[in-house]
Amino acid sequence: MSFSSFSDFVHMGGQGPFVWSAYGLTVVVLVYNLVWPVVLARRHAERVRRQHPTEAR
Amino acid sequence: MWNWFHRLGSPRTFFEISGRLLPWFQAGSVLLLVVGAVWGLAFAPPDYQQGNSARIMYVHVPSSILAQSSYMMMAVAGAVHLIWRIKLADVALQCAAPIGASLTFLALVTGSIWGRPTWGTWWEWDARMTSTLVLLFLFLGIIALRSAMEGREGAGRATAVLAVVGVVNLPIIKYSVDWWNSLHQTSSFSFTEKPAMPAEMWLPLLVMVIAYYLFFFTAWMMRMRAEILVRERRTEWVKQLVSA
Repeated sequence: MSFSSFSDFVHMGGQGPFVWSAYGLTVVVLVYNLVWPVVLARRHAERVRRQHPTEAR
Repeated sequence: MWNWFHRLGSPRTFFEISGRLLPWFQAGSVLLLVVGAVWGLAFAPPDYQQGNSARIMYVHVPSSILAQSSYMMMAVAGAVHLIWRIKLADVALQCAAPIGASLTFLALVTGSIWGRPTWGTWWEWDARMTSTLVLLFLFLGIIALRSAMEGREGAGRATAVLAVVGVVNLPIIKYSVDWWNSLHQTSSFSFTEKPAMPAEMWLPLLVMVIAYYLFFFTAWMMRMRAEILVRERRTEWVKQLVSA
């Protein structure tokens, strides 16, 4: 562990804003890349279902 | 061999195989991303000159590597599409572009945030940064070209040509730091020499690079599966799949 306390960890020796904004933005971009395909897949599946309603079996 | 090649090129086969691989890739990439980020943020030592801002390296370097690497993979998909007319390669190209664009954007912005405390500037029009910005424009150009053109066949071939031609930018990015005077440092890694940093720093970085590769393949597969649903919507197997 390279920090002695949690507030040290957050503070990052005065460079907290730089470090945390870089990591925060990374999380946003990575999450977007995982969530958006799920939204697309649902939307596309819905479109297929609407165009080809399944026959009553 | 050819039989195998074409079977793998079938959207349905890809859908089945990727469906089985995907949970492993998702779990692996998320696990490694968390391990690498915690390691880099809390356990890796601060740089003796830069202090804690050097921790940005663990997100900046892998996004930069993947920005270029994803372009290369996209261009290979473009070449495969042009040469063998395999439709799945066109799906691969189309789906790699937005992921590559977002990773290039991430590389540029995290680099900018790192540059401020380290070099005292957010941005410099030097070779490394400018050529990476060109990479972002190439990705965006491919996305725009696709949406601007009518007809999937022609749009697919046009974007494939653009992707392949744009490969010329990759060696420019790579050697920019050697060819021109740049604020950006030269590479700290090569296959032939020991890394120019201690193991406590390059180990978490290596974990992050592997995590980003897994992540890229995860996101790529997910997007391709969504796109296949649209392109194959008239086939029986897709109709059955969505009604199940």
